[in-house]
Amino acid sequence: MTHSALPDQVAGDFYTNNFAKNAQEGSLILNLGPQHPSTHGVLRVVVEMDGEYILRAEPVLGYLHRMHEKMAEVKTAAQFIPNMGRVDYGHALGWNWAFVGAVEKLAGIEVPERAEYVRVITCELNRLASHLLWWGAYLLDLGAFTPIMYAFDDREKILDILQAPTGSRLTYSYFRIGGVAKDLNEDCLSRIRAFIPWMRERLPMYKDLVSDNIILRKRIEGIGVIEPEVCRRFGATGPVIRGSGIAYDVRRSDPYSVYPKLDFEIPTSDLMDARGRYDVRIAEFEQSLRIIEQCLDMMPEGDVLVKGAPKPSWKAPKGEAYFAVEGARGKIGVYLVSDGGKNLYRTKLRAPGFCNLSLFAEVSRGTILADAVAILGSLDLIIPEIDR
Amino acid sequence: MPAEFIRILIGLVAVAISVGLIGLVMVWVERKVAGHIQRRPGPYEVGPSGLLQPLADALKLVGKQLFMPDKADPILFWLAPVLSFLPVLLLFLPLPLGDGLYALDVNLGLLLILAFSGLAVLSLLLGGWASNNKYGLLGAARAVAQSVAYEIPLLLSVLAVSFVAGSLNLAEVVKGQGTWPWNWNIMTQPLAFLIYMVSALGETNRAPFDLPEAESELTAGFHTEYSGMGFGLFFLAEYANMVVVCAVATALFLGGWNGPVLPGPVWFVLKVSLLMLLMVFFRWTYPRVRFDQLLNINWKWLMPLAVLNLLATSFFVKLAQFTEVRW
Amino acid sequence: MNAIKEAIKTVSDLWSLMVGLRVTGKYFLEPQRTVRYPWKAVSNIGTFKGHLELVGGGQKDPFKPRCISCGMCALACPSHCITVVKKKAPKPTPEEEKALAEAKANGEKTKDKAPKDPEKFVYDYSLCSLCGTCIENCPAGALSFTGNVYMAGYSRNDFLFDLVVKLRDSQAPAPAEPAAVPAETSEA
Repeated sequence: MTHSALPDQVAGDFYTNNFAKNAQEGSLILNLGPQHPSTHGVLRVVVEMDGEYILRAEPVLGYLHRMHEKMAEVKTAAQFIPNMGRVDYGHALGWNWAFVGAVEKLAGIEVPERAEYVRVITCELNRLASHLLWWGAYLLDLGAFTPIMYAFDDREKILDILQAPTGSRLTYSYFRIGGVAKDLNEDCLSRIRAFIPWMRERLPMYKDLVSDNIILRKRIEGIGVIEPEVCRRFGATGPVIRGSGIAYDVRRSDPYSVYPKLDFEIPTSDLMDARGRYDVRIAEFEQSLRIIEQCLDMMPEGDVLVKGAPKPSWKAPKGEAYFAVEGARGKIGVYLVSDGGKNLYRTKLRAPGFCNLSLFAEVSRGTILADAVAILGSLDLIIPEIDR
Repeated sequence: MPAEFIRILIGLVAVAISVGLIGLVMVWVERKVAGHIQRRPGPYEVGPSGLLQPLADALKLVGKQLFMPDKADPILFWLAPVLSFLPVLLLFLPLPLGDGLYALDVNLGLLLILAFSGLAVLSLLLGGWASNNKYGLLGAARAVAQSVAYEIPLLLSVLAVSFVAGSLNLAEVVKGQGTWPWNWNIMTQPLAFLIYMVSALGETNRAPFDLPEAESELTAGFHTEYSGMGFGLFFLAEYANMVVVCAVATALFLGGWNGPVLPGPVWFVLKVSLLMLLMVFFRWTYPRVRFDQLLNINWKWLMPLAVLNLLATSFFVKLAQFTEVRW
Repeated sequence: MNAIKEAIKTVSDLWSLMVGLRVTGKYFLEPQRTVRYPWKAVSNIGTFKGHLELVGGGQKDPFKPRCISCGMCALACPSHCITVVKKKAPKPTPEEEKALAEAKANGEKTKDKAPKDPEKFVYDYSLCSLCGTCIENCPAGALSFTGNVYMAGYSRNDFLFDLVVKLRDSQAPAPAEPAAVPAETSEA
C-alpha cells in the first residue's frame, strides 16, 4: 500500500505532500499527531515508514503558536511576566526567571538576597515537578500506566507548596522585576523542609518499580544515541546534552543568582542514549533536593522585592541584554532590545525544547516506531515551549 | 443424540450469559484494581462501589452511533468484531467447572480451544485491514506476527501436560491431578506453566504484550476506527479470551476443580480469578515491550525452552512406562 | 563460564519484574491518595488565586468598595480585563449651586463633590490571567483575590462581573451553594 491511495483527489496537506515527494516506493507516510497519545499535546511528526522502520521523520510545528514574542512588543516589561508562565507549563518559573533576569540585567536592578534564595528554591521545586511530570509521561509513552500516578502524587505535594506563595498551580507568574511577588512564610518553609526527606524516600521506589525493570531497560538502553558532537551542532542543552556526556549546565557554566555559593553536582552520563538522559534526570532529583536543602539553611532575612520595583508603566532603559537560566529542559534564554520606549522593542525567547526537538529527525532515522516514541519522550518536549 | 444436543444448547446459553457477565465483572475488577494500585478509588459512583459502572458503559457503547470510515470495506469491517467474539462462545464449551460440569464432553477439548482461539487473529487482521487506517494496518500486522508466533510455545507447553496426563480431554487432565497443590501438574511441569502464562499474555494481547493496540505508538492499533459496539465486542472478546486462557491454565496446571473442603466449582472459579488478577497486575506494573523484543522472547527463549521441555517430558513419560512394564 | 554468567544475569533481570510487582502490590493495599471530589474537597484552596474581588470598607461601610476609581488597575492589567467607570458628581441642588457660586465669587477654593467610589467596576474573568499586577498596583488596597475555584458558567457573559454589585450583593445572605462542596477536608 502506498501513500497515493486516493489518486483523484489531493489528500493530505502541504507538509504531507511536500514530504511525500521524496518518499521511497512502497513506503508508508504516517502522521504522528497533532493528535496522538505520545506527542504530548499537538506536536506533529510526519514519518515515512517501511514496515515498522522509520526511514525519515520530520516534525511539523506551529499548532500551538501563541505569538508570545509579538505580545512582548505590545506590553510593557512588567505586564509581560504572566506570559512567561504560559510558555512552558512544565517549568514556568524557569521562564519567569529568564525574562525577569534579562530585564534586571538591562536596567541594572539589584535583587535582594533573600529574593534570590526564594527564586532558587521555588525554581528547583518547579524543576522537580517538571521532571516528575516527564518521568510519568515518559513511562506512559513506554506503556507503563501506573508510574504517572505515583509521580503525580509527589508532584501534587510540590504544587501544594508552590501554590502558597504563587497562588497558582501550573502557570506561575510569581517573579517580579527586582524580586518575587510574595515571601515564603514559615509554614511554607517548614513544608518544604518536610518534603525533602519524603521525596528522598520515594526515589528508591521509582528505581524498584521502573528504573531497574528489565523491560524498561531493554526499551531505552542503546536507543537514540546522540553523539556529543551532534548535540553541539543542534544546540541541544539540558539533560539531553548532559546525557551525552557534556557537563553543560547554565547554573555552572554561566552562573547566575546564588548558584555559585551552592554545592551541587552536574549529573552526566556517558551512555548518550535514552537511558543516559533518563539517568541524568533521575540524578537531578537528588541534586535539586540538595540545592533546596542548602538554600533553606543559607537564606537570610530581608525583603523579597527591591524598593521601587518597576511598575507596569516603567520604561526599560535603552539597550540590550541577554540572560539565560537552566530550565528543566535546558538553557532558557531571553534576549531583549529596548529603545527606551514604553514597550520592549524586541523580545526573543530561546526555548531549549526547540533545539532538542530538532535532534529527533536526525536520531529517529532507521529506528522502529516504538523506539521513535521512546526517543521523542526522552527529549522531554513541552510543545507550547517549542511553538511559543 | 437429543440429550447431548440439549446439553450443548443449555451450555451455549449459559456461556453467552456468563461471558457477558464475566466481561462486565472483569472490566470492573480491572478498573478497580488499577485504581487501587494507582492509589485512587477507581469507579465508585454508579452502584455500590461502582459495580454498575461497566453496565452503564456498555449501555453507552450500545447506544452509540456505529461509525465507519470512508473507503473502509463495509463487510469485513463489521465482520471483524463479530468474528472476534463468536468463537469465544465455543471456547467455553469444553471447560470443566466441576466434575461433570461442562457443556461439551469431547476427547479433543484442548484441541478445540486451541483451534478456535487461533481464529481470533483473523478478526484482528480483518479489523485492521478493513479500517483503511494506517495505524490499524500496522496494528493488524503486529497482531498476526505476534499471535502466530505465540501460539507455538503455547501449544508445546500444553502438549507437555497432555503427554503426562495421556489425554487431550480437559476433564481427564483434571481428574489426573490430586486434591492438594503438590498433586497438581504445576509441580511436575513448572516450566511449561511459565511458558504457558507468558504465551497466554502474548496470545490475548495483554500488557506487557499489548503491541497490536499499543496506544502510545499506534493510538489504538487495529481497533482505532471502531466505535460503539464494534469496539465493545473487541473489548468483550479480549476479556473472554483472558478467562479462557486462565481457565485452561487452571485445568491443566492448577488442578482444576480439585481442592480441599470447598466444592469443586468454587475452587475452579477461585483459581481462575487468581490468575486473572495476576494478569491485571502485570498490565498495571510493566512497561510495554518492543515489537522485535516480543518476537525475540518468543523465538529465542520460549520456543526452544518449550521444545526442550516437551522432549524431557516425553522422555520421562516413556521411562515411567518402561519401568512400569519391567516391574 | 560466560554462558553461566549470562544465565545468572537473565535470572536477576527477571527478578526485577518481581520487584516491580511487589511495589504495585504494596500500593494496592495502601490507602488511596485521591480526594473524592464532589463529596470531599481539598483543604488548601485558601492560598489559591481565584477571581478578583473588591475589598469592602470604603466610607466605613463593609459593603462599599475601598476603590478610589483611579484606574491604576485597568492601566496595569496586561490583558485589559478591568474597566473602571467613575461616578459622576450628582447634580447639585439649586441651593448648593447658589452656595457654590457664592463661594467662587468670594475667591474660596471649592471642593470637588464627586464621590470617589466607582459607579461600575467591570471585570472580565475570561480574560484575566490572575497575575496579580492590578493588586500590586492598587494604591488603595482595594483589590484582592478570592479563593473561589469552583466557578463555572455556560457562556462568556457568565464571567463578566460588576464587582461593585458583587460586593454590594455579598451582604445579602448568599444563595445556597450547590450541595457539592461541604467543608469537609482531607489530608492532602
